[in-house]
Amino acid sequence: MIDPWILSFSLVTVAVTVAMGFWTAGKSKTASDFFVAGRSVSVGWNASAISGEYLSAASFMGVAGMVMKFGYDALWYPVCYACGYLFLLLFISGPLRRFGAYTIPDFAEGRYDSPLFRKIAVIFVLAIGFLYTMPQMKGAGTALAYIFPGLPYWAGVVLVGAVVTLNVALGGMKGITVVQAFQYWAKMFAISVPLFVVMSVYGSYSTHLGMNAAEGPVPAVAERLPLPEKAPEDLAWISPFGPLTTKAAAAAGIPPEGRRPYSLLYTYSLIIALVCGTAGLPHILVRFYTNPDGAAAKRTTMWVMILIGVFYVFPPVFGVLGRSLLPDLYSATGAKGTDKVVLELPRLVNERLPVWGSILSGVACAGAFAAFMSTFSGLLVSMTGALAHDVYGRIFRPASSQAERLKAFKVSAVLIGAVAVALGVQVEAFDINFMVGQAFAIAAASYFPLLFMSVWWRGMTTKGAAAGMLGGGLTALASITLTSFSDLGYIPLAGFWTTHPLLRILCEQPAIWAVPLAIGLMAGVSLLTRADVPADIVKKMLVLHAPESLGLRQEYDAEHAVAAH
Amino acid sequence: MQQPVLAPERPALRSELPALDADFLALLMRRQLTLSVSCAVCFMSLLLGLPLANYFLPELMARRVGGFTLSWLILGVLFFPLVWTISFVFIRRSMALEAAEAAYAKGERP
Repeated sequence: MIDPWILSFSLVTVAVTVAMGFWTAGKSKTASDFFVAGRSVSVGWNASAISGEYLSAASFMGVAGMVMKFGYDALWYPVCYACGYLFLLLFISGPLRRFGAYTIPDFAEGRYDSPLFRKIAVIFVLAIGFLYTMPQMKGAGTALAYIFPGLPYWAGVVLVGAVVTLNVALGGMKGITVVQAFQYWAKMFAISVPLFVVMSVYGSYSTHLGMNAAEGPVPAVAERLPLPEKAPEDLAWISPFGPLTTKAAAAAGIPPEGRRPYSLLYTYSLIIALVCGTAGLPHILVRFYTNPDGAAAKRTTMWVMILIGVFYVFPPVFGVLGRSLLPDLYSATGAKGTDKVVLELPRLVNERLPVWGSILSGVACAGAFAAFMSTFSGLLVSMTGALAHDVYGRIFRPASSQAERLKAFKVSAVLIGAVAVALGVQVEAFDINFMVGQAFAIAAASYFPLLFMSVWWRGMTTKGAAAGMLGGGLTALASITLTSFSDLGYIPLAGFWTTHPLLRILCEQPAIWAVPLAIGLMAGVSLLTRADVPADIVKKMLVLHAPESLGLRQEYDAEHAVAAH
Repeated sequence: MQQPVLAPERPALRSELPALDADFLALLMRRQLTLSVSCAVCFMSLLLGLPLANYFLPELMARRVGGFTLSWLILGVLFFPLVWTISFVFIRRSMALEAAEAAYAKGERP
């Protein structure tokens, strides 16, 4: 049965998103508006927009579900999702903005004077983008199926895909900046207010966490339902090196005391993937070009860390309360399991305060809508930028007029949106976290080393950069695909993994070797091809590092570029 | 290949600044990288030190603070303000460094 409150709040979110898209469409006129929002986005707006874009369905629903399912080990996800921005701030955001490109492929070509490298970079933007889009589509399909019981999965994907594609085609980057900034605050409201009400009725974060006793009797300070068989024991759940990180060693039959070294390795590899992956996601990086200058880019990054850090305190609380109050979710899997704790938990309030539980669940559903819509918008702009600006504007039609590029942006948005929907319909059986993990691992082993080394090492050559990016990115993708296909039964490796738990961990979480591999390949191949270092490398590095007040900044200004051609 | 064009508002500035050469670049990068690496080391020692503390000091990290275990409190709550502090310090120092570098390049010796 459809809950009228949940339906109403979700519809309001979609309606406001579309209305804002139409409203801002009138304000987006130039190519610069569409690609980089006229490079005029203030720190406050941009920080809200980046945060709105970053907090995806995986963050809004997935983190709470993972904490409920796995306990302490899953806390690394929200912490590293937020703290990865520190690496961006320290090493990448300021120099990248100063370089003045429209997209990451612009940077790749500009830094190495290599049109070929632009093409490689475009392929990675699209590959990471589509990998990251699929879990958003999965989130959209499952959330709509939750709101409208009986609605086919594909219908949710098509509906959300169409709405977001329309928004992006109408307003481009400038349009979605306002929408995403609004959606950050919508998500913040939707995750925090229902939780505060639930805690005021059923007990606080620390109270419910305290019920997971490591030893002795459970203190009866609040109600707690019995845990089903599938739920992890209290001690394993609340302690580090629990069920998430010891899975491979446990499957290999290693006794509990011998599993900890494997678990430590898994934890470190996960940390590297999440921190470096955050600093290498193209749809996040492209946002830094919308800042007026490098100083604003740095201040924006700090505010993003604060905004998403505050947000990420809340989802684990849902997981902790869900373990005490909704243990039945352990018995189901996927979208019907712990993943929906954020949507289900507020409904409990109906027992004590009739109707309010449904209203709060409606608010949470609206937040989930905002989550997958805003992330999909950002991905769509990033991928559309790669297709319209890099492929059409730079590779096929470098002499195209501004009007032609604007038209290309809109056509590309519809094209990419259609492909994303078509892919999203195919992934109903796949796990959201698997797909998100793939995108992070590839970004960590490809774009992060590329940007870090390109910004800080003068000796990097095109061949070195390409070898590292391809070597790291493709081996990470191959190893993750191997474990995933094996888990899905496509490749018969189950027996092999039980006898080789170390290999299983290194394939499932490849960042610990793939990131050093990428950096090593970049350094090694660059040293072997040192004659290819661009002749004007000092000028390029000065543009990246010299303060703006010295006037060295470059801009890929559409009008100037066309005039100069 | 389409070369990026310089920002039009300061077309003549580069030629007026003889200090903008490889030596100046080396100075810039060294000072900025030192600052970034110092902050990164501080961050990484916290981030990578916590699993080690969990590994070697499990009883201490399992000690209760309120309802939280010490490890949960650090990772789930306290880690965020620690990172905000590092980023705040970095931005202040980075801005000061850029102001000093700009003054140096423009010949405004203190």
